[in-house]
This record gives sequence, C-alpha cells and structure tokens, in this order.
Amino acid sequence: MELLLLLTLFVVAIFLGVELITKVPPTLHTPLMSGSNAISGITLVGALLAAGSDANPTLVTIFGFIAVVLATINVIGGYMVTNRMLAMFKRK
Amino acid sequence: MQIELIYLAYLVAAVLFILGIKGLTKPRTAVRGNQLSALGMLVAVVVTLFDQNVLSYQWIIAGIVTGGVIGSLMATKVQMTAMPQMVAVLNGFGGGASLFVALANFHMGTDGTVAMVSIAATVLIGSVTLSGSFVAFAKLQELISGNPIAVPGNKILNAVLLIAALVLGGMLVADPSNGTLILALVVVALLLGLVLVVPIGGADMPVVIALLNSYSGIAAATAGFITNNTVLIVSGSLVGASGLILTSIMCKAMNRSLTNVLFGVMGEVG
Repeated sequence: MELLLLLTLFVVAIFLGVELITKVPPTLHTPLMSGSNAISGITLVGALLAAGSDANPTLVTIFGFIAVVLATINVIGGYMVTNRMLAMFKRK
Repeated sequence: MQIELIYLAYLVAAVLFILGIKGLTKPRTAVRGNQLSALGMLVAVVVTLFDQNVLSYQWIIAGIVTGGVIGSLMATKVQMTAMPQMVAVLNGFGGGASLFVALANFHMGTDGTVAMVSIAATVLIGSVTLSGSFVAFAKLQELISGNPIAVPGNKILNAVLLIAALVLGGMLVADPSNGTLILALVVVALLLGLVLVVPIGGADMPVVIALLNSYSGIAAATAGFITNNTVLIVSGSLVGASGLILTSIMCKAMNRSLTNVLFGVMGEVG
C-alpha cells in the first residue's frame, strides 16, 4: 500500500511539473534551467541520511560523504548561479 | 524529531519548490521564486538533520563545508558567458550525488525488490547524467571539439549499451548482494552518457543540458523510492517533468526538433 501511495505522489508530481511550465520568455530559459537544477540537488537529503547513518561497512560512510559533497556543490552553486543570472537580468 | 513532523516539513519544502518553479517562469517573480525554492531546500536539509536515523554528524559537516566552499567558489568565479557549461557541471554533480546515494544504500544491505529496482534505476540515470554533463561541459568549454563528432555505428552502440545496462540492472535485482554487477552497471551507464552526448554539436548543447537536468531530477526521484522519501520523490519528479517541458520549449525556440538533436541530424546543418 505504501508503495502505491508513493507511486501516486510520483505520477501526480510529474503532471504538476508539466503544467507548471507553460509560456516561458526565452530570456528566462537559462535561469529556469539553472534554478530547477538547484532543486534536483534535493538528493542532498538522501546523502545526509547515508553519511550520518553510522552504518557498518565504511563504504557506506565514504559514499555518503561523497554524495553530500557533490549534492552540496549542486545546491549552493545552483542557487548562487541562478541568483547571479537573475540579478543581471533585473538591472536591464 | 518525530517522523510525522519531518514529513510535514518535507511537504512545506515541496510546496516552496512548486511556488519557486512557478515564480521562475515570469520575469517579475523570478528572483522571489528562486528565493522561495532556496528556502524550501533549507527547510528540507535542516529537518533531515533531526531524523533519528542520523546518528553521527562529522561526515555530514565535513561534506557540507567542502561542498559549500567549492560550490560558492565556482558560482562566484564563473564568467557570465560561461553560464551554460557551469549549469552542466553543477547538474553533473547532482546526478553523481544521486549515484552515490544509491551506492551507499546498496552497501547498507538494502533489500526488497522495490528498493533494488530503485537502486538500479538511480545508478543508471545518475551515471548517464554525470558523464553526459561533463561531456557537455567539455564541449562548451572547448576542451574537446564543439563540432558534432561522428561516431561510426553510433545508434547501434547506444542501443547495445542501453540494453546491457537494463540487463545488468535486472540481474542486480535478481542477485541483490552482487557487488560486481553494480560496478559493471556504473561503468556501462557512464559509457552510455559519454556516447549519447559526444556526437552532438556545441550549438545544440543548451538543449542537451536541459534534458540532462531533467534526468538528474528523475535520478533524485528514483533515489527517493529506495528509502521511501517523499520530498525526494516529489521534487525529483517535478524537476524531471518540468525539465522535459523546458527542453521541448527550448527546442522550439531554437527551431530544432528534440529527436533530431538527440540523434545528431541537425548538427551538421546548424
């Protein structure tokens, strides 16, 4: 049953994602791509759970640590870069 | 913190991401949209630190500090003209992160068919995103030629690699403790990302990056199915779907068709 609930969530969110993007002016294509790229850094949540799990094989911690580093670069870099693009856009 | 509270906070984060994406589609609300989305990320990360499965913090802190320094340096040093390749690199890291989340969960001894299918899918999509994004970066940065590179038998090679990856994934689900299989899957999927992007010309690269961005969203969503994490599933599928729509909008704006971009037909003309 839980799997079905999660699948429902997955499918509904996909339809929502499709509906969210309708008319986007070309100037916003790159910022939108960059901004949604930052959101895909949400995998950081999974990375934190792995890195902090204290699980037995050291590999879990190592892979978790690598995942945290990569996801944090994605999140911090993503939001900062999007912000820079939008700041330039606003000045015009 | 109670699990109910954590999932309630994840719901708040998901709503902030939705409002954020919505805001980013209009010039007037774009800055605010990006801020709302960043706030959602902060909420999701902070409550996760209070999850009862998080037992130790030293690796988390080390990872966040390392990633934060690298990420902010990259974002401040990059030239405005180099933005598309910057997004490609960041996206590659995102796909790589999902790949390592799946590998960590694999070594945790995660079992069950759903979790194993999710691990295999995340490894496949995450690896393709990682290698594909770095090829896109190398092309735009002119580390390798930006021209379309003709790979003989390209379509057959793609098909063979994809089938090999799917077979390896299936074998992994049937034999969940086999470490060699998952390693082979990583290698095949990395190769697949490479041969998918290498033939595509630099002019088409923004579309490819948008598509890879959609992939990294899907990788985050499939990673969510490994541990039944709602915020990963919702945000990942949002990015996956909206990224795909954005890809097709960008194709139309550039007067190219998505299938042609992917199979390198327009490359020689444009």
